[in-house]
Amino acid sequence: MTGHELPIGDDDLQAFVDDRLDDTRRRAVEAHLAARPELADRVAAERRDRTLLRGQLDAKFAEPVPARLRISTLRAARRERWTHSVRSIAAALAIFVVGGMAGWFASSLTPSPRAAAPTTSVAQSATAAFRTFVVEVAHPVEVGAQQEAHLLQWLSKRLGRRLAAPDLQPFGYKLMGGRLLPDGSGAAAQLMYDDASGRRLTIYVRAADGTETAFRFQQEGEAATFAWIDQGFGFAVTAAATREELLPIAEAVYRGFDGATSSGRSGPRTP
Amino acid sequence: MADAETLLEPLIPALRRYAYALVRNHDAADDLVQDTLERALSRWSLRRTDGDLRAWLFTILRNLHLSAERQRQRRGPHLDVDAILPPGAAATQEAGLEMQDVLAALDQLPEEQKSLLLLVGVEDLSYDDAARVLGVPPGTVMSRLSRGRQRLRSILETGRATLLRRVK
Repeated sequence: MTGHELPIGDDDLQAFVDDRLDDTRRRAVEAHLAARPELADRVAAERRDRTLLRGQLDAKFAEPVPARLRISTLRAARRERWTHSVRSIAAALAIFVVGGMAGWFASSLTPSPRAAAPTTSVAQSATAAFRTFVVEVAHPVEVGAQQEAHLLQWLSKRLGRRLAAPDLQPFGYKLMGGRLLPDGSGAAAQLMYDDASGRRLTIYVRAADGTETAFRFQQEGEAATFAWIDQGFGFAVTAAATREELLPIAEAVYRGFDGATSSGRSGPRTP
Repeated sequence: MADAETLLEPLIPALRRYAYALVRNHDAADDLVQDTLERALSRWSLRRTDGDLRAWLFTILRNLHLSAERQRQRRGPHLDVDAILPPGAAATQEAGLEMQDVLAALDQLPEEQKSLLLLVGVEDLSYDDAARVLGVPPGTVMSRLSRGRQRLRSILETGRATLLRRVK
C-alpha cells in the first residue's frame, strides 16, 4: 500500500460489489473495509443481494426461448404484414381506379415481365380481387349475368382474348356477372359466381407471360386459389373452399376455357 | 448487413430476463421482448455498429416498457395474479424470507434504480453502457447505483411501505 493511491470512494465500493476491480484496487478496498466493520457489513450485504437477485432470475434466463420470439418467426410475420398491407393498398386503389380509369389501363395490353413466378403473381392478384369484391353487397359485379353476352364481349375486347363464362351449375355455382380490373400495365377480368347459400367464387383472367400450364394451389386465410397459365394468359379460380372442393371446379374451368379457344371465335391474342 | 438472426438470437434469454424482472408477468414480458425484437428488426440498418448491441436492445426494451407504463397509468391501476406470486417463490421459501423477497423488494424501487441494478448487477452491462441505456450522465452512475443498492437493502431489512416514507 503506498500513499499515492486515491482514497476509496463510492465508485470503488460499487465496483467491488460487482467484482469489477483489478487486483490492486480490490486489495485496497478490502483493507479499507477491514478497518470499518459497519461499512464492511453493508458492502457484504449488497454483494449478497446482488447474488440472490441473479439467482432468482437464473431460471428465467435458462428457459427455452418460445417459438414466437424466434427471429425467423418474426421475420416471416413482418413479410406477411408487408405483403398484406401492399395488397390492401392495391385493392383499395383498384376500387377507385376501376371505374373511370379502366379504359386507360386497358389501352396497354402488353403483358409486363413479372418478378414472381407468373402463376403465383396471378394467384395473388386473384386473391386480392376476390377479397375486395366478394364482400361487396351493393355492387359485387359491374355488369350482371342478365347481360351475359354484353359482359363477355366487353371483357373479351378489353382483355384481348375471347372470354367465355364456364358453366359451373354442376357445382351449384351460378354466374352473377363480372368486372374489369386494372392489373399492372394491363387489364384483368373477374367473373363472379355464387351458390344457393350465397357463397361466392371468382374466376380471374389476365395476360401473363409463360406457357406453364400446371395448377398451382394457394391458400390464404379462407381464400383458396388454383392458378395456371395457358397460352399467354393467367387464370385463377378463387373461393372460400377446401382444396378438394375447389380442384374439380378449377379443372372444369380449365376445360371450359380450353374449349372456348379451340372451337370459338379467337381473340387477337389467342393462336 | 450483419445477419440479424445470428446476432440477435443469443441475446434473447437476457432480454427475457430483464423484461420479466421489470413487468413480473411471463406473458407480458415476452410481449415486451417481441415488440423489442420487431423494432430492432425494423431499425436494423439504423443501429450504431460501433455500439454495444445489447445496450441498444435494452434501451429499446426499456423505452417500450416506459411508454406502456405511462399508458397504463393513464388508464388506472391494474393488478395481475401472476405478479402477486412470483414463480419459484415456493421453492425458495426454505432459504428464508430474504431470498424470495429480493425480486419483490426490487419492485419497490423507482424504475430507474431498478433498471440500473438489473442492467449492472444481473446483465453485467458496463457502467457506461448502463448510463447510455438509462440516458443519464456516465459520471452519475456509481452514486445512483450506491443509492439504489442501499435502498434495496433497507427495504429488505425493515419491511416495505413503512420504511419507504423514511427513506424518502
